[in-house]
Amino acid sequence: MLSQIKTLWTVFVHLFKRNETVQYPEEMPYQAPRYRGRIILTRDPDGEERCVACNLCAVACPVDCIALQKTEKEEDGRWYPEFFRINFSRCIMCGMCEEACPTYAIQLTPDFELCEFNRNNMVYEKEHLLIDGTGKYPDYSFWHVAGKTIDGKDKGEAQNENKPEDVRSLLP
Amino acid sequence: MATIHIDGRAYEAKAGENLLEAILSQHLDLPYFCWHPSMGSIGACRQCAIITYADEEDTRGRIGMACMTSVSDGMRISVEAPLAKDFRSSVIEWLMENHPHDCPVCEEGGECHLQDMTVMTGHSMRRYTGTKRTWENQYLGPFIGHEMNRCITCYRCVRFYDEYAGGTDLAAFGSRGRMYFGRFEDGTLESEFAGNLVEVCPTGVFTDKPFAQSYTRKWDLQSAPSICVGCAVGCNVFPAERYGDLKRITNRYHGELNGYFLCDRGRFGSHFVNHEKRIKHAGVRTQRGDYEFGDVSNAIKVAGATLGDGAIGIGSPRASFENNFALRELVGAENFCTGMNDNELEVIKVALEVINQQGIVVPSLKQVEEAGAILILGEDVANTAARTALSVRQAVRTKSFEMATDAHIPTWQDAGVRGHAQSEKSELFIATPAATRLDDIATEVASGSVSELIALGCSVCTKLRSSTVGSDDFAGRVADALRTAKAPLIITGSSLQSIQLVQVAANICCALHEHDQTSSFLFVPPEVNSVGVALLEGGMSLSTAMQRLAEGQAAVVLENDLYFRASADSVDRALSPENFVLLDTLENRTAERASVVFPAATYAEQTGTFVNYETRAQRFYQVFEPQDEIAPAWSWLSHLAKTLGTGSTWNSYASVLEQCAEHTYSLLRDIAPSSDYRIDTTSRIPRQSHRYSGRTAMNAQVNIHEPKAKVDTDTPFSYSMEGQNPGDQNGAAIPYVWSPGWNSNQSVFKFQQEVAGKLAGGDPGLRLIENIGAHLQYFDVDTPELSRRDGSFEVIPLHLVFGSDEMSNQSWPIRARIPAPFVLLSQQDATILEVKPGMGLRVDGITESLEVQVDSRLPSGVIGLPQGLVEIPQRAIDRAHLSVDPEFVARSNASPEVIAKG
Repeated sequence: MLSQIKTLWTVFVHLFKRNETVQYPEEMPYQAPRYRGRIILTRDPDGEERCVACNLCAVACPVDCIALQKTEKEEDGRWYPEFFRINFSRCIMCGMCEEACPTYAIQLTPDFELCEFNRNNMVYEKEHLLIDGTGKYPDYSFWHVAGKTIDGKDKGEAQNENKPEDVRSLLP
Repeated sequence: MATIHIDGRAYEAKAGENLLEAILSQHLDLPYFCWHPSMGSIGACRQCAIITYADEEDTRGRIGMACMTSVSDGMRISVEAPLAKDFRSSVIEWLMENHPHDCPVCEEGGECHLQDMTVMTGHSMRRYTGTKRTWENQYLGPFIGHEMNRCITCYRCVRFYDEYAGGTDLAAFGSRGRMYFGRFEDGTLESEFAGNLVEVCPTGVFTDKPFAQSYTRKWDLQSAPSICVGCAVGCNVFPAERYGDLKRITNRYHGELNGYFLCDRGRFGSHFVNHEKRIKHAGVRTQRGDYEFGDVSNAIKVAGATLGDGAIGIGSPRASFENNFALRELVGAENFCTGMNDNELEVIKVALEVINQQGIVVPSLKQVEEAGAILILGEDVANTAARTALSVRQAVRTKSFEMATDAHIPTWQDAGVRGHAQSEKSELFIATPAATRLDDIATEVASGSVSELIALGCSVCTKLRSSTVGSDDFAGRVADALRTAKAPLIITGSSLQSIQLVQVAANICCALHEHDQTSSFLFVPPEVNSVGVALLEGGMSLSTAMQRLAEGQAAVVLENDLYFRASADSVDRALSPENFVLLDTLENRTAERASVVFPAATYAEQTGTFVNYETRAQRFYQVFEPQDEIAPAWSWLSHLAKTLGTGSTWNSYASVLEQCAEHTYSLLRDIAPSSDYRIDTTSRIPRQSHRYSGRTAMNAQVNIHEPKAKVDTDTPFSYSMEGQNPGDQNGAAIPYVWSPGWNSNQSVFKFQQEVAGKLAGGDPGLRLIENIGAHLQYFDVDTPELSRRDGSFEVIPLHLVFGSDEMSNQSWPIRARIPAPFVLLSQQDATILEVKPGMGLRVDGITESLEVQVDSRLPSGVIGLPQGLVEIPQRAIDRAHLSVDPEFVARSNASPEVIAKG
């Protein structure tokens, strides 16, 4: 008896509280930037693709829903994915790929609206994944840390690097 | 044997071996870099530190390097002691100071020995905050990429390339922290063993360039045990596939054959599997001369109509034993042709006769490495069976090991052994027409035309039989050396196509037996399955078959481009579009004339058997499923048999093998596990690693519903990551090497009984002929008359490691190394003709003028013409007239279009 009165009271009090219901989809709730939703591929601060096709996201993926193939543009020495495919109908939004990514290329976004009538439309290729910006990490550029030469960054020009050694020097 | 105590537990070890080997042979983990099982210890990297204790009371011990410590009975050591662990972790930390932040864009990543060792020692956080050293890279040719920043100065590359493989153009340069491993200047690495640097380098300094073009991590590759198709040695390899393409070839350890190393033809010669000219559909030739695809049953019907009754079957030394057998079943033994030309077939038959003789041992490559003296008669092994040449290089070191043993230097003490021996070598005599790449280690070389070489061999034999010691000519010195050496070896081969040469070599072995010498005899056949086809009973030669074709009979041609084997005229005469059906892999000149073409599977797409030079039958397994209508040749032959109503039909590889074993060699059943072989009675062996990625995405663009993995009824392997690859299974059933903590190829020691010994489950393959023959018998060699000097030149076929093999010539990395067509001339003749290297000569019978190359050893009156080049027709001429072409412009030595970027 007492319990039922308590319950009624609680319901009554809530009549005067702020409404928690959001009129989705007309009204969007706040999504924290770290929310794990739809996956994107981002670009370097200089606008080039960040993904170097290292395959770490693919191997970290517990449901094996990422497939890609490395290729290289000979004129600039960078590694790229020739194709990059995520099968979102398998993705469990666990964020392991983002954790594994050494270049901050793959990132999860707050966009959770991934509904399709046709499962085939859940397969995203690189053109669907790649955005124009840097995403959550505006400053990092892997190629300026790595030792490999790319167009515009020669040996010894990366962060924390000496000029190339002169092999023919006889100085002690 | 000795007992050693490692961390308080007793283990058995071989007294005198080094501790690192002993520890690894127990399958215990101990990090190392500079030591290599084939190259011994130099103690350069200081990574394999352990604690050794004086006795049971000693609790403090002292630190030492396992690779530089001999095993002695009762010794006490610790691998796990904190001091040793800290030491090893510090060494890695120093090595990593300058290591670039490259792993994601490094071709070694995921199978990197440095990564493994870093994880194993526990070094995880970087404390060094200073700057990193950098180096410029070099262009090292089409096979090898160079990224010098990643070097940890272990010296393995130069130790392999210079000391083990005899290369001269890779060296350590610079001093102190500037050490640089590369060439004096940019340029192609010349050694045909350069590809091994990829596997020898513990990190990513030297990488597989063709593989890097379309790179895939090791864990994403699907692979199965296979056999290299480059030559008749039968090296064991792992071809690896992803997305339907063959990505790369790596070495598969075989204790008796290839050990840890392959040649570059084997490593880079398999990209023909992905060739754009692959035949992928069954096609019927139309009136217009093109092919109509799309209707397989019609193609089979047309093929049946073309063949009719009594068709002949032309087999191939590059097709598997089973496929040749299936062809023989279809057409009958009397209509079966081996696909080899007369000379080649005769030479192989003579060699097989020799192998059958009692007491004449055919050495495995491991036995070659133990030979005390070697005579190479007429065969340029560095070009025709390159892996053999690498073993010959090790054989000349037997003397240095003897000297070291006498001086109480352990044989694994590499620097000590080499330093003590200086330039002392075991005896190696080379008698070939032209210079070879083994001449630098030869005691003495002799040159001559084919008949001169035969005469020389006869003379050696006579000297051996007459027992005169101490003669001062070449033959006498050879005889003396062979007579006194331990395990002398005679190497000859088929490349000069001389029966007498093989007979002479066999006679020398017989003569040695009279001296109670257990000599061995190594015959180098021309192609991967030459011996296998020759062992099939029946089997006429190609010229007989072509004769019958020209007379109007029809034929089935199996995986054979006849234009590669016989002169174009004779093939043109024999083949007409109405009279033959072809089963092959690549569009070639023969395919252009066939009435029906069936797409045959390559070695990577089917299961079968090859028989190597020692008659060792070895199984290769399907690595991946072929595309489109491609199917193994035996299945096409089975369809044809059904249509023709003759021969046998099969529905699985197992049924072909069963019938083949029944009719030929029952051993074929036992050379490798059959399809019902299981690990722990339940598990298959996976073709994919347990980390194989992308399973639910790789085909999603085609079909969102993942296909069921194919159930493999032909082999014990699965087309998935399910199953076990424990390491102690049958040695012929290892699809890849991996062990917890050991992602690199160094993990192979976990698959061996002892370091560099046999595989845990035994070395793969069985010899079909093992000394079953009758008795020692000399051949009566008819010495051919010495060549006439009538102004024409005797033509000697030259075999090139890059350029003389039909299939690897179609592999794009190899194409970059195939030389421009040339004619090899002696110094003397070059002076008489007034030509210099780079000038042009017209050779009658060849349309294109050839570039002159001068050989220091070629006798005058003899020219060498390379085999297998498109511009030089096959074996068209025995003698040739030469004339100078004043307008000749040498083909520019294709300079690298793109200098390798860092």
